[in-house]
Amino acid sequence: MHNLSDAFAAAAGMIMQLEPELLEIIALSLRVSLSAVFFAALVGLPLGASIALSRFAGRGAIVTALNALMGLPPVVVGLVVYLLLSRAGPLGEFGLLFTPSAMIIAQSILVVPIIAALTRQVVADLHGEYDEQLRSLELGWWASLSTLLWEARFSLMTAVLAGFGRASAEVGAVMIVGGNINHVTRVMTTTIALETSKGNLALALGLGIVLVLLVLMVNAAASLLQHAAQRRHG
Amino acid sequence: MDEVLDSAAGEPGATRAPPILPLTLESVSYAVRGKVLLEHIDLQLHAGARTLVMGPNGAGKSLLMRICHGLIRPSAGRVAWAGRQPNAQAMVFQRPVLLRRTALANVEFALKHAGIAARDRRRLALAALEQAGLAPIAQRQARVLSGGEQQKLALARAWALRPQVLFLDEPTASLDPAATAAVEDLITDIHASGTKIVMSSHDLGQARRLADEVLFLHRGRVTERTPASEFFAAPRSQAAQAFVQGRLYWE
Repeated sequence: MHNLSDAFAAAAGMIMQLEPELLEIIALSLRVSLSAVFFAALVGLPLGASIALSRFAGRGAIVTALNALMGLPPVVVGLVVYLLLSRAGPLGEFGLLFTPSAMIIAQSILVVPIIAALTRQVVADLHGEYDEQLRSLELGWWASLSTLLWEARFSLMTAVLAGFGRASAEVGAVMIVGGNINHVTRVMTTTIALETSKGNLALALGLGIVLVLLVLMVNAAASLLQHAAQRRHG
Repeated sequence: MDEVLDSAAGEPGATRAPPILPLTLESVSYAVRGKVLLEHIDLQLHAGARTLVMGPNGAGKSLLMRICHGLIRPSAGRVAWAGRQPNAQAMVFQRPVLLRRTALANVEFALKHAGIAARDRRRLALAALEQAGLAPIAQRQARVLSGGEQQKLALARAWALRPQVLFLDEPTASLDPAATAAVEDLITDIHASGTKIVMSSHDLGQARRLADEVLFLHRGRVTERTPASEFFAAPRSQAAQAFVQGRLYWE
């Protein structure tokens, strides 16, 4: 127990003093996860909405697959991206392995199914309500898609946040494709794993506290925003 | 009979675009999993008269209007318009479907997707809200308006498109009397501007106030089509007689 309280005290000190090492790691974590969520949203929002609006054979299978992919194991994604980006791999010539870009790619792949599956659900529900009105106004497929995405904007914030939660908390994928290189690809989760195994509990715990606070803050902000929007827009 | 009812056609204010009416239904049927909901409907709807589609619940009123409007394809038969024009027909539903934006933006949305140039939208949308008496709430969020205001907004949005035909599916079914009166006034104004009204209702009082002619549906069939004055005095079909007298009727 003595160790633990010491570690807590040291961690609190590091956070209060805004230690450069800590800040560097936090900054890279945010850069990687936010970029990944941005790209994943770019793909996942329209993908989910178009599945919601389309009727084709095998659609049920795709929906099931998409839902299953929400639980994609990060280490497997990391492994696949590693194979793609490694020197001998098909994308090896770009030299992306062990760079933040590789980490963004891996996390994007993890997050796309989450955003797409949640978007599909939200847009499908909304489509039930809007379908006849939109067809009555003679909206085409694309116009309906963009209208529904915009109408669902507050609910979709939750989908994007779920994606951010997943990206910022995962360790397996960024560990494999980033390599946890000091000052280059070291993010909060990989540092926590490494420092814990090295016995440097203060840094690990400090980062752990920051990570939890970050996720809490982002979600609190989002839920406040959503409530305010709902009150205003009905 | 149709000629008599067509008196309002060609009034000033009627749309200048090529007419899409009359609408002809030839032997239209609709069945779901073997259950026949509409059976061999032969019908022609002309410009002018306000046609009230009446009948008990489940008679097929809403279904018939949706088939006319093109939202649902009939299982058999033909639905033919005399002409084709984008956004020449509009529909207002029992529960208005408004977008999560201001009242004004809702009307502008419809105008935009009807291909109205951006510079004209604001003016046309404000004019439509003004005509519906909604100018004071133009900047309010549509989905937090009262039920009556929402339905008026849905009507204003439809009217802004200057449709030749407006389908109304029990537009006052969930409104209180004051809001119902306001919506009925608005429908009268829209009709006076030259738009053909096809409206379903099972409210006899409302039908007396608004109908020029009554199309009576019973169990998926048109049992009669009569000028309003005659219908309420002496409906021809047994089902309609029972309906007008407020008797329960089944066979």
